[in-house]
Amino acid sequence: MAVLQVASDLIQTTIVFATALVFAMLGGLISERSGVVNIALEGMMMVGAFTAAIVTYFLETNAGLGGSAPWIGFVCAIAAGAVFALPHAAASVTFRADQVVSGVALNLLAAGATIYLCKMLLNGAAQTPTLKHVFSKWAVPALSDIPYLGPALFVAYPTSYIAFLLVAVMAFVLYKTPAGLRLRAVGEHPKAADSVAINVYRVRYAAVMISGALAAMGGATIALTTTSNFSHNTISGQGFIALAALIFGKWRPVAGMFAALFFGIASALKSVFQVYGITNYIPVDFIYMFPYILTVLVLAGFVGRAVAPGAVGKPYRKGER
Amino acid sequence: MTGFVKRLFSESTLIPVVSILIGLILGAVIMLAGHYNPFLAYGSLFAKAFGDMYNFGETIRQITPYIFTGLAVAFAFRTGLFNIGAEGQFIMGAVAAACVGVLLDAPWFLHVPLALAASALAGGLWGSIVGYLKAARGVHEVITTIMLNWIALHAANYIVRTALLEKGMARSKYIQESAWLSSPGLSELFDHARIHYGVLIALALSVLFYYVLWKTRQGYELRAVGFNPDASEYAGINVKSTFVKTMFISGLFAGVGGACEVMGVFHYQTINAAFPGYGLMGIAVALIGRNTAVGVVLGAVLIGVLTYGASGMKFGAGVPEELIHVVIALVIFFVAAGGMVELLIRRFRKKNGTVH
Repeated sequence: MAVLQVASDLIQTTIVFATALVFAMLGGLISERSGVVNIALEGMMMVGAFTAAIVTYFLETNAGLGGSAPWIGFVCAIAAGAVFALPHAAASVTFRADQVVSGVALNLLAAGATIYLCKMLLNGAAQTPTLKHVFSKWAVPALSDIPYLGPALFVAYPTSYIAFLLVAVMAFVLYKTPAGLRLRAVGEHPKAADSVAINVYRVRYAAVMISGALAAMGGATIALTTTSNFSHNTISGQGFIALAALIFGKWRPVAGMFAALFFGIASALKSVFQVYGITNYIPVDFIYMFPYILTVLVLAGFVGRAVAPGAVGKPYRKGER
Repeated sequence: MTGFVKRLFSESTLIPVVSILIGLILGAVIMLAGHYNPFLAYGSLFAKAFGDMYNFGETIRQITPYIFTGLAVAFAFRTGLFNIGAEGQFIMGAVAAACVGVLLDAPWFLHVPLALAASALAGGLWGSIVGYLKAARGVHEVITTIMLNWIALHAANYIVRTALLEKGMARSKYIQESAWLSSPGLSELFDHARIHYGVLIALALSVLFYYVLWKTRQGYELRAVGFNPDASEYAGINVKSTFVKTMFISGLFAGVGGACEVMGVFHYQTINAAFPGYGLMGIAVALIGRNTAVGVVLGAVLIGVLTYGASGMKFGAGVPEELIHVVIALVIFFVAAGGMVELLIRRFRKKNGTVH
């Protein structure tokens, strides 16, 4: 039964890794589906992780809060992510800036600002102390008692449940509601959308800000479940793996979720491989590279074909032919 | 006004300059909000960067890689390609130079050019993958370059780990002295700063950048494609092969930059957990420099002075040095959102009654 135990552990770790990716992937999805490229997912995750950790820290040390502190931190992270995304929306939509450059700037801004604020608020410390209160795993009654499968799937952090629930919500909103139709129309053919009185600018602003909120949730979940603090390497590439998952899932929520899970397995396998000495045969560097190589292959059409939303990256100018 | 002065005040030059000013001013505002003294902070930044011969030499050392990556990004921009991948091309160049430097025995006049050539080839090929995927498969270069950066990071680590590792260290063995770009004489001149001949290579490549783009048929074609790929295609330019060529040359610039860091500064290649960030700053340099050779060198000077002087800011005024990244990010942002800055400039001009 040792094999089953390993498999069960592996699934559990996979879900922990994938949760953050799912949040950020959804963030990228809503922005790019509205026609705004978002390579700033990484920076938005940093802002989320930082806000969640610092708010939780001050609430538990100065306000004496206990188990509610990480929840308030999580909510603050969502708000911070949305606000942080606002300049990207302004640059991309109102000022028709290059969306990639704006994203690059935001990533750099997040990396600098979070550590700067950290040092300013914590007397020069470049990272928060280890948080005493973080999210603990919830067990779904009855289902979690199933041997092996129960602990694997039904004992998880609350943020995991939220993330997978949001995938369903996103899929429903995107394909079954007028709001989703408008979003897709704006991303595929803004002029056509404009001609039926959809406010392209407003849709894109909203999409980019929700994108920031979602990506920040991804960052917050890492700080509040995996690392229990914030430091310069709390977020190190997860935003770009989420971007890879978005593309690998061809800009669709459910497929993107599976891509995130798939990349989550790759990360989880890394720890399992190290424990069992398999890294002697498959170098750990290759496991790190794997999501990125796969994404390039998918884009190149060697493995399926990924086609981006029609108007992605193109600023919209009302009334222009 | 003479043509030169006119150009100095044209909007395309004014936007980066105004953006830099806005970045520095907003940086000061952020410092004030944190109860720091911005004048003291900026003062100590420049004192650190130019204060004495040692620091001046180190500042030049810091500027050097930014010239390379700035040229790489700017060159691709000229053909209408956005090369976010200078980071990865830089790393591949560095590891190629480390391989030649560690594994090969040769007299210096062969060893140095061979190491540089290997890095140029490695960076160039890494770049041309991007050009090929764009030309043959229609894949947008931004996504491929992002992905290839991460692949390069881990591939380089793998090469160092398996072929070059110094036992018990997270880095390669030292390269042979015959492959060094640093010279004791030059270093002594600057009070033992790690300044090296790479800076001369960087300046030479800046001249080459100008020459290729503006004095050759090839360069004309590259720029034509950058202006309008459809018209160029119609005029008989092979746009697809232009993409591959451009990305090769762009990657070459970054790759040689990586080699200079290995051969001139560290003399080994480390196993990196994260990106050193030279490619990222290259984007800032190219944007500030408006994709011209002179602009890139000036942009690299600015970014180099800011990033090297940042530590002085910490000692002089207690300001965390990460503030400088915030300032640079703001500069990039405002250059990108040129519309915002234009609005400001226009308003300012109107107020002063200057008719344009």
